[in-house]
Amino acid sequence: MTTTTDRSLQTYLTDHASKRKLLMPYVTAGVCPDWLELVDAVIDAGADAVEIGIPFSDPAIDGTTIQEASVVALDAGMTPALCLSELQRRQFGVPLIAMTHYNLVYRYGHERFAADLAAAGGWATILPDLPFEHGADWTEAARSEGIENVLLAAPVTSDERLQTVVERTGGFVYVVSTMGTTGARGAVDDAATVLASRVKAVTDVPAIVGFGISNAETAVTAAQAADGVIVASALMRRILDGGTIDQAAELVADIRKGLDDAYPPPG
Amino acid sequence: MTTDSAATSTPLPLAASPELMGEPDELGFFGEFGGRFVGEPLIGACQEVETAFVEAWGDPAFRAEFTDVLNTYGGRPSPTTECHNLSEQLGVRLLLKREDLNHTGSHKINNVLGQALLARRMGKTHLLAETGAGQHGVATATAAAWLGMSCTVYMGEVDMARQALNVFRMRLLGAEVIPAMSGSRTLKDAVNEAMRAWVSEVTNTHYCLGSVMGPHPYPWMVRSFHEIIGIEAKEQVAKITGGLPDVAVACVGGGSNAAGLFAGFADDPSVRLVGAEPAGGAAAGRGVPAIVHGMKAYFMQDEVGQILEAESISAGLDYPGLGPEHSHLALTERAEYYPVTDDEVLEAFQLLSRSEGIIPALESAHAIAWVMKARDELAGKTVLVNLSGRGDKDVEQVQEILGQ
Repeated sequence: MTTTTDRSLQTYLTDHASKRKLLMPYVTAGVCPDWLELVDAVIDAGADAVEIGIPFSDPAIDGTTIQEASVVALDAGMTPALCLSELQRRQFGVPLIAMTHYNLVYRYGHERFAADLAAAGGWATILPDLPFEHGADWTEAARSEGIENVLLAAPVTSDERLQTVVERTGGFVYVVSTMGTTGARGAVDDAATVLASRVKAVTDVPAIVGFGISNAETAVTAAQAADGVIVASALMRRILDGGTIDQAAELVADIRKGLDDAYPPPG
Repeated sequence: MTTDSAATSTPLPLAASPELMGEPDELGFFGEFGGRFVGEPLIGACQEVETAFVEAWGDPAFRAEFTDVLNTYGGRPSPTTECHNLSEQLGVRLLLKREDLNHTGSHKINNVLGQALLARRMGKTHLLAETGAGQHGVATATAAAWLGMSCTVYMGEVDMARQALNVFRMRLLGAEVIPAMSGSRTLKDAVNEAMRAWVSEVTNTHYCLGSVMGPHPYPWMVRSFHEIIGIEAKEQVAKITGGLPDVAVACVGGGSNAAGLFAGFADDPSVRLVGAEPAGGAAAGRGVPAIVHGMKAYFMQDEVGQILEAESISAGLDYPGLGPEHSHLALTERAEYYPVTDDEVLEAFQLLSRSEGIIPALESAHAIAWVMKARDELAGKTVLVNLSGRGDKDVEQVQEILGQ
């Protein structure tokens, strides 16, 4: 693992993306008592990076599954500090990316959160309710610790706005596949492909599609014009429904296989 | 519909253009509070509302129509009533701005009519709202019925139980009422659900937010639609007393009726501005800045930043946050915010009913309760209270609590 000062999430992802479609599972910290094992398991199942969700009391951008996962984790006593300290006790072979609502970072303190996240193996943050207009302070504090801040693009994002998003994002562009909250869907509509194509047309920064990826089939569709996919709610659903870590990791392995079969590595 | 007569009706002086409570900065901040902290899918929708509002608010035809609708449909102007009996009992000169006499029973109709006209101007066909006590939901359902729009209202499951009558009213008016089942199942959760729904329906739907909160331009727009309260009250108080009130008081949850009242007096430094908060939801008193519901504002939170659940006898004030402009007024000490307890509210509710023949909403009773508490320091002063709503919706709940 490179040190925080000379590493680059964009370089890492671009390198991986030259070999296969990127797969980025999401795990809510504290969704089950052995959630760290779940992180290990999804990495073993073929993750290129893992999003760690830090649960918030009022997750307005999330659909019912991540809300439910957040409630379970909060009831189990999960906090930002506990999440970061538990992560810090282990080594993971891939970049970790913290995803949460901005208030938890703001309240923790920008500098302190950036430092603790870096110490915990974090490479980046995804803060969907912090648009770039309000994000300069956090981005600056984060970069001083080698942490990138990932920006999102949505189907309604204008071309002008998209230009700013690709210029200011760190690591990759999070392509929101649909106009809705997070959540697994039976199908991913064309909007994901259209938006991913728009992103790819204006930048070399990797584009990764999230929202609505529920299985190998939707992942393959969503990854068509993009560099990879994020799978969150479908994975958390397995755990919330009482599934084992192996059963949850199986979903990630299925998607990995589906992507690799549909998009065989070059050469 | 009243559009035809709009051009000929004389607009009230709707442009208060107060200096202190003026426009937010271009990113939607009042001092350090406000902003537009929403996900990328909602940025465009907020921009669309902002553009439409700025254009409409600067358009004399829109202003004239809004004024006409407020008057001919909303029942404005609402009177200011001098409370001779209670004034004598409390040793203050007590005046009530009677927003309880508006159509649908509270100040909420001002904002809703403004936003409904704006929604129509934007070509929207569906109104979406959150509601606490149900007053904003009833007002939105009313405006939707009047303009021939469909309407969905999110309401906390707990609030639906304690305000069952308002749920029936909304349904009677043709609205769909959907219970918010997450979190504390009260107002803050209804806001979360409404914002989630807005993301997926944004093309045809206008989110008719009910208080001076949420992402820019809502805090500014909602206050602007309510400024008529303060403008009318200032003129009416001057007619009664020949001058300004010494204190202007309003209850505060998110803070819409208070914002409307304060806007009329913010530039008069001699007028004390006081917000009465429920003790169980005292965002100004116990809050610290947070970013939630699209804005930076004072919120009650735990030490790591999880938002706490408010607890109040009144569903309409059961909100752990305080709108950004109020947060700014609190920080700069232009306005003062004090907590009152549920017991004090119940006493005020009964006192105003008995002594003046006016049954206030439990929300509005908070403002009366503060006056009762502060009567010694207010002795001999002229106190203007915004009686934001009537108490019909609350009598059953109060009957149960009092065990009568």
